[in-house]
Amino acid sequence: MKSQISIENVSKVFGRHKALNNVSLEIKEGEIFALLGPNGAGKTTLISAICGLCRQSSGNIKVNNFDTLTHYKETRNQIGLVPQELPLDGFESVYNSCQFSRGLFGLKDSRDHIEKILKTLSLFDKRDEQIFGLSGGMKRRLLIAKALAHEPKILFLDEPTAGVDVSLRRDIWKLIEDQKKMGVTIILTTHYIEEAEQLADRVGIINSGEIILVKEKTALMSEFSKKTTFIRLSKKLKNLSFMKKNKKISLTENGMTLKLVGINNRSNELQSIVNLLSQNGIAFTEINTVDNSLEDIFLDLVETQ
Amino acid sequence: MNIQAAITIYKFEMARFRRTIFQSLVAPIITTSLYFVVFGAAIGSKIETINGVSYGSFIVPGLIMLYLMTESINNAAFGIYFPKFVGSIFEVLSAPVSSLEATVGYVGAAASKSTIIGLMIFLTSNLFVNHDIKYPLVMAIFIILTAITFSLFGFIIGIWAQNWEKLSIIPTLLVTPLVFLGGSFYSIDMLPEFWQKVSLLNPVFYLISGFRWSFFGTSEIPIALSIVAILSFMAICLAVIAIIFKTGYRLRT
Repeated sequence: MKSQISIENVSKVFGRHKALNNVSLEIKEGEIFALLGPNGAGKTTLISAICGLCRQSSGNIKVNNFDTLTHYKETRNQIGLVPQELPLDGFESVYNSCQFSRGLFGLKDSRDHIEKILKTLSLFDKRDEQIFGLSGGMKRRLLIAKALAHEPKILFLDEPTAGVDVSLRRDIWKLIEDQKKMGVTIILTTHYIEEAEQLADRVGIINSGEIILVKEKTALMSEFSKKTTFIRLSKKLKNLSFMKKNKKISLTENGMTLKLVGINNRSNELQSIVNLLSQNGIAFTEINTVDNSLEDIFLDLVETQ
Repeated sequence: MNIQAAITIYKFEMARFRRTIFQSLVAPIITTSLYFVVFGAAIGSKIETINGVSYGSFIVPGLIMLYLMTESINNAAFGIYFPKFVGSIFEVLSAPVSSLEATVGYVGAAASKSTIIGLMIFLTSNLFVNHDIKYPLVMAIFIILTAITFSLFGFIIGIWAQNWEKLSIIPTLLVTPLVFLGGSFYSIDMLPEFWQKVSLLNPVFYLISGFRWSFFGTSEIPIALSIVAILSFMAICLAVIAIIFKTGYRLRT
């Protein structure tokens, strides 16, 4: 896949605060790229710089080889943006609001296209209603409809499912997947790691204005994968004095479960522990092993930075 | 050029005008009618003619200018401030819209609204006084130039303002006094010599005087000076807006 957005050594300084610090990143055509990071990490600033809402202090950003500062019309034409907040003119009707978004991109009104989007997002019945009468979830969907009104090639979604219920979240995920199938490149920021795990092809982690990691999601999961094994005991244990101290092994608070983190199966570590339990007459009822999630990997990376 | 974007912004703003038609049109008409009843009929009947013009007729250009200027400023300032306030300005800033296209859309709509209001006030004045417009073309040019220029000024205020108080502070504390003291309701010939000289420092005086010339063919200062004054103010506003968009002042971080 060819690179569609190229970010080279971009920094953004607000007064004394460096919101972005020498960020370099490539976004590939047709992928879903999830940008993860804690609050204030620089996710929204990076998106704002690409979309033209703020100007980088240094560095270059190119969209399909067009510079975002010198050829802003060419770059912005390709981009649709769904912001984090719900910034809408409440007095306007749903349909007119979408028509306004489309018109800003130099396109004439297309009732068919706008109605199709509104139907997809279950907003068609509300098309003539004023925006301030919509629920929070509907406003969130309307922002997506507005971003799609000019048929963008690149879609930025800045925390698109923040504050929406589970059902709507699934609908938005489906819409994102449908857009991807249509060839749209999607850049997603989210606090819901499950969302990135579900949707993303690649994941980037940003912290304190710096990109600390960019990887294919599957490669990331496998590289940083750690298994956690839980051994449920028949009787409560007070301590682990029967075995050598091992950082990987701990006893849960109720004393009924042994937690083994990052146990290496190749060296038969689990077998040795099970043997040790038997030798000490400690019976157990269940052994359960789980893979750690992207959330665990994200927290590990951010905390150890 | 993205002409469609300018048209879209223009239509969007005019739709807001239509939604608030009562507040936008009826209120100025009622207020103007009160001006004519109080100043034209009650007080005006006690005042002799000014330069051969009855007082009721004399105040018509001043009243139109008063509304034209204040409505242009208010409409343009609100037009750009409101999307900033609710955050929806992000759409315009992230769209392929140049500063010229955005200005044409917002300022064009504000100027159109105030021109409509100005014409409504003119029609209302016909119910109270009879007047023949001596130079109708010049009158039309003055209305359009004033509406555009003060809409540009209002646009600057709307970008500059960071809260509702700031949005109204310049129109209330600066523009309204300048309009009232710029000869809207009197001729500066009626003032003592010192205050006549002070009035010459008021830029609004030149506009009202020129506009009045288009009605009656007489004014305190040459018409050319009035036209130069309005064009100069327009040039200053355009230059300030160009700087605002170039630097992203209070629009882009």
